Amino acid sequence: MSAETLEVPAVAAPSGTPPHPAREFWNYFSANRGAVAGLVVIALVLLCALFAPLIAPHHPDLTNNAVFLKPPFWQEGGSLSYPLGTDAIGRDILSRLIFGARLSLVIGIAVVALAIVVGVVLGLIAGYFKGIADIAIMRFMDILMTMPSLLLAIVIVAILGPGLMNAMLAVAIVVLPHYVRITRAAVIAETSKDYVIAARVSGAQTVRLMFSEILPNCAAPLIVQATLGVSTAILDAAALGFLGLGAQPPTPEWGTMLADAREFVLRAWWVVTFPGLAILITVLAFNLLGDGLRDALDPKLKR
Amino acid sequence: MLRFILTRVSLVIPTFIGITLLAFFLVRLVPGDPIETMAGERGIDPARHAQLVKEYGFDQPLLTQYGVYIQRVLQGDLGKSIVTRENVLDEFSQLFPATIELALCAILIALLFGLPAGIIAAVKRNSIFDHGVMGISLTGYSMPIFWWGLLLILLFSVQLGITPVSGRIAVQYFIEPITGFLTIDSLLVGDIDAFWSALSHLVLPAIVLGTVPLAVIARMTRSAMLEVLGEDYIRTARAKGMAPIRVVALHALRNALIPVVTVIGLQVGTLFTGAILTETIFSWPGVGKWLIEAISRRDYPVLQGGTLLLGMVVMSVNLLVDLMYGLINPRIRHAR
Repeated sequence: MSAETLEVPAVAAPSGTPPHPAREFWNYFSANRGAVAGLVVIALVLLCALFAPLIAPHHPDLTNNAVFLKPPFWQEGGSLSYPLGTDAIGRDILSRLIFGARLSLVIGIAVVALAIVVGVVLGLIAGYFKGIADIAIMRFMDILMTMPSLLLAIVIVAILGPGLMNAMLAVAIVVLPHYVRITRAAVIAETSKDYVIAARVSGAQTVRLMFSEILPNCAAPLIVQATLGVSTAILDAAALGFLGLGAQPPTPEWGTMLADAREFVLRAWWVVTFPGLAILITVLAFNLLGDGLRDALDPKLKR
Repeated sequence: MLRFILTRVSLVIPTFIGITLLAFFLVRLVPGDPIETMAGERGIDPARHAQLVKEYGFDQPLLTQYGVYIQRVLQGDLGKSIVTRENVLDEFSQLFPATIELALCAILIALLFGLPAGIIAAVKRNSIFDHGVMGISLTGYSMPIFWWGLLLILLFSVQLGITPVSGRIAVQYFIEPITGFLTIDSLLVGDIDAFWSALSHLVLPAIVLGTVPLAVIARMTRSAMLEVLGEDYIRTARAKGMAPIRVVALHALRNALIPVVTVIGLQVGTLFTGAILTETIFSWPGVGKWLIEAISRRDYPVLQGGTLLLGMVVMSVNLLVDLMYGLINPRIRHAR
């Protein structure tokens, strides 16, 4: 949407040889400060997730009945041993957030991976074979897109039963149409090009043609959609967790933490504020990165 | 034109069948016996069980069951809630105005702030204002609105005590529904106090629900404006000495609004998704909260009927947007 946020990139030296594609990509990408900021934040969240047991001051599920609803350290009554305070049963909020980063990243990546694999296969089939397969697949995707996304996810969870795995599956189904559509559109655009015809004439098999000739050339829009998709997945899974349909307590998933904290909104602002802030920052980072990737990968914007 | 309308309307039929299939299988895909599932923890005696199996037609082949279901749906019979024993369609139509009122106010807020912000950002491209608007709208777009709602309650209801925490109107007022919109109904009966009460209950949920559409509209307006501002006819208008404000307001805006209108139409699905969360946070008595409660009570007829009805509303609005778009833009109408 904000394709125009691209800063004017540093013009490459007017020498004879064009820069390496990766180099050129990085030049465009790094000129976009927002995208770089997003990348840095994602790297930090990733580090938190990887080294959670080392960084977290406490075990995420450890309750301490001496410190119910302790405020963060800068407020009166807070202490540095619980930097962001404790929740209603005395668990350290910071530690839970750090362990929650693991869940959110796993959710985001697993959902997108599942949606991409299924979406690419369906999109390839629809775009390559056209005809009845195309109509059947695309009509089904239209139906999925007609339903409000969260309602569809809720219905799927209602069928499968609440829980983190089912919530992830539900979100993957909800976002599936985007990947199918993008792949199909890209495949249709590519199939008529000369290199595909050349490969076909030289005797390439259908499956080989689809996966090793056409698919790599459809990668750019898929990469962008995947990055933006991680943020959608994290948001939707957190929303399901908040409604009690996603990860179940005591799992330190950020949305589930918010659901637990709701009743204390009047007494303890910190139990509500920090989990939501964690969701916002992570989702924002993925959106910034996705926008930056789109600007850098979209050849139409390169002048 | 007629052909265009007929093609678009006929495309709705498979979608309609798909939505009914989804709603139909919803109850049947739940693991376990559907009657026992619906009866819940209370249990059910075998005689009543057999009677209900017959009543719901679970002993029939699946295709026959679906046929019966479609027939009932077309007659407006969506079954009865297990909890309240009320007709699902009646419950829906009682609660739906509350959701519509909330959604309309949310869109109004989104337009009121999103359109000007997007226009000014495009005109003053790369200014501080532009960067600010883009930053804020990306934040709004990334916002977990269930948290945003809690934050606003924390600030405006708890800290400042300006707005109520939940509900649609203070308990002492009773307004007989005329339009179903409490803000309008209270004015119609001339009860100013009730109007203020209804309005103060409405403000926070509407802001929360309007946040994501606001961000989308601002971003969309900006990029549509930027595209139009680069066109030759704009340069011509400028070159012949037209005042900048007239160029933007008369020439650019009109064409930039076409994609924006489409985007607003397509936000309906997003709005209902948001309404489910917003209504849950603010205890707003609309269909979103109703559906979430139906899940926790395992009230499957309500979930089934509500899903079907919401899906059909979104489908109809999308169709309407499509038709309008064809009306405004002849290129769409004559494509293919």
